[in-house]
Amino acid sequence: MAQLFDLALINSALRVLTPILLAALGGALCSRVGLFNVGLEGFMLLGAFSAVAGNYFFGNVVYAIVFAIIVVSLFSLVFGYLSIHLKANVIVVGVAMNALAAGITTFSLRAIFDVKGAFYDNTMVGLPKWNIPIIENIPVLGPILAGLTPLVYVAFLIAGLMWYYFYRTKSGFRFLAAGENPLAARSVGIRVTRYQYGAVLASGVLCALGGAQLSLGQVTMFTEGMTAGRGFIALVATMLGQSGPLGVTAASLLFGFMDALSIRFQGLALPTHFTQMLPYVVTILAMFFFKDKSFQQDALKQGTSSR
Amino acid sequence: MTRMLLQMDSITKKYGEFSANRGIDFSLRAGEVHAIVGENGAGKTTLMRILYGMEQPTSGTISLNGKAVSFASPLDAIQHGIGMVHQHFMLFPTFTVAENIVIGHEPGSGVRFDRKQAVSIVEELCETYGMKVDPEAVVSSTAPGVQQRVEILKVLYQGAEIIILDEPTGVLTPLEVKELLEAIKQLSKQGKSFILISHKLNEVLEVADRITVLRDGEVTGVVNKGEADAALLSRLMVGRELADLDRRPAQPGESVLEVSEVTIRGSKGKPVLDNVSLNVRAGEIVGVAGISGNGQSELLQVISGLASSDSGSIKLSGKDVTGMSTRSIREHGLAHIPEDRYVWGANRTATVADTGLMGHQRRLQRSGMLKLKEIRSLVSGWVQKFSIKTGSLDTSTQYLSGGNLQKLIVARELEQGTPFLIAAEPTRGVDIGAMETIHGELLKRREEGTGILLVSSELTEIIKLSDRILVMYEGRIAGELSVNEATEEKLGLLMAGGTLQ
Repeated sequence: MAQLFDLALINSALRVLTPILLAALGGALCSRVGLFNVGLEGFMLLGAFSAVAGNYFFGNVVYAIVFAIIVVSLFSLVFGYLSIHLKANVIVVGVAMNALAAGITTFSLRAIFDVKGAFYDNTMVGLPKWNIPIIENIPVLGPILAGLTPLVYVAFLIAGLMWYYFYRTKSGFRFLAAGENPLAARSVGIRVTRYQYGAVLASGVLCALGGAQLSLGQVTMFTEGMTAGRGFIALVATMLGQSGPLGVTAASLLFGFMDALSIRFQGLALPTHFTQMLPYVVTILAMFFFKDKSFQQDALKQGTSSR
Repeated sequence: MTRMLLQMDSITKKYGEFSANRGIDFSLRAGEVHAIVGENGAGKTTLMRILYGMEQPTSGTISLNGKAVSFASPLDAIQHGIGMVHQHFMLFPTFTVAENIVIGHEPGSGVRFDRKQAVSIVEELCETYGMKVDPEAVVSSTAPGVQQRVEILKVLYQGAEIIILDEPTGVLTPLEVKELLEAIKQLSKQGKSFILISHKLNEVLEVADRITVLRDGEVTGVVNKGEADAALLSRLMVGRELADLDRRPAQPGESVLEVSEVTIRGSKGKPVLDNVSLNVRAGEIVGVAGISGNGQSELLQVISGLASSDSGSIKLSGKDVTGMSTRSIREHGLAHIPEDRYVWGANRTATVADTGLMGHQRRLQRSGMLKLKEIRSLVSGWVQKFSIKTGSLDTSTQYLSGGNLQKLIVARELEQGTPFLIAAEPTRGVDIGAMETIHGELLKRREEGTGILLVSSELTEIIKLSDRILVMYEGRIAGELSVNEATEEKLGLLMAGGTLQ
């Protein structure tokens, strides 16, 4: 048992949960304004690719991340335009965005780098891995926080900020109102569409950061389809966490921990394919429990009863 | 005479060839309650949408305090002190009362939203205007009457001097209606002006200082308080005399429906239907009164086979039909005017002819092929008899107004000619003229020996038509009254869970 659970496990859980948490927070923003964003996976994949591409072109991690944010923001605006402006079905648009992102990244990999499957260049520098001076030497905290990228801290910071925004600011209050009853929100002069675009754009930025953590965090490379369903796990985390910042963080912690555990299991004599199932099995189990409690279903019920 | 606060002069609104408003003049004094009555499609709503900035008039002017104004959006209207309480509440169910009131103008410094201050603001508002609400209650857990007060307080908080109330009493219990009318009187004494849109003439007569009657987009009369009675108003609204209903005492015959001890267990321990027994005899109308959500819908669904009961039995004309399919129950002699015409009564995208055919399809066919000619002549007969306004028989049902669709469904179900008929909210959203026709038809059926179970949230309708009245409260039959002893007060008391001792 001691072999399985130690402080390093928590450390690696924090690393792997970061992309999920970032994307899930983006998903939460979208679902709070009534747009169920299935495109998180594609957003994140494109983020991972453009982070690597930016890194290759500019030779600078900060520029790489900025580049990824710009690319995915533009991409998310397409999602926003189709689903908000043209009122296309959000789920269908989300699925299309995923397929599009997969296509764009594969195509660009060939067109730009002339490689197939994966791109790796050993001149590229990944995200810095911080060892914070004093904390480093504190017994329990030290090993847990050892060598984490800045994005790990950013993810948790954003979760906290989001909580403050939702529950303490006027703008956040109106944001929630716009999602809960758009018609009523419009009647008091709230610009619902603006909040919807804001949410979609923010989810683009968050997914870009999540993607950057994937492709510049633990490893510094891009492989085709490297998000491997993390966007969908993030979606489940969004639902499981009832689209609230704290709930989403808790759900992401659970998934991150399962992911880390599955990596750890590989050290034992268990078959790799079997252990890799773990996060997904937990996802399915989690789906059972969230069933009736979804925030969106509540909203739906209330919408019909008030006639 | 006090100065006019609001003046609307010769407002005309055209949608293509069709004029919804034709040269309407309307005025409002400070502190006045001015009611607008009229049938569906008379142009009341259009006029108010123009005043509230949701529509632009084709021609005509609006002036406030003598100055000409035009509103590009509701926000504009709000800034000029005009507020509207919509028929369907514009509230956020999971937010608190205070949050719902201050939204759009939240207190707090900078970006911070100060909820404590919001609560104290609402408490002050309640104090000033003498309306009680709990600022910290979550809206979804409050009664419709409270939600209405929240809407009015919201409008007052936004600084409204003129408050438009669109059909404000539709969802309220009799007691809540009384409280609302009281509140309107109080507020108008404090100088607020009200425009009250309603089709309930007795409420209008009680509270309004002036009443404007619209018909077909034109003003047909403006009467002052004390000069009008319900008969005059309905004559102005309909444009002709309404015949009194010809009502002879019931001659009840054999029992056509027997419901005994039907129970449906609810999901939360509380039964939805609790040991309900009732019977309907041939040639009588049994009314079921109650605030919606007290088991009436479930009762109808059990009788018509749309839902199954946990225990108890149902007999139609002496045959046990418990647990049978909807189709066989109908074949045993049941016709059903459903309470929600869009959910149970019609297919929005089907044509008028197709909607009319529903339920008759097995009769009007030969070896699987529909007899289209017969169907069309049948449906066009109804269209004439009930003066249903439709482009043609091939018009999609969704383009019919609610009242016209209701008439179509009533005609269709009456055509079944069954010994037992369920009429659930048969005149919901229907104007006075159509209401008269439908009521007349139901009474005619009664004379011919049909047993009718009438469920309605309109007490006047129940009292007007029923021979016996049952009141439902929390899934039980809370009491039975004969039509002679029933009054709105007694029924209201039973509906609210009281007893008659």
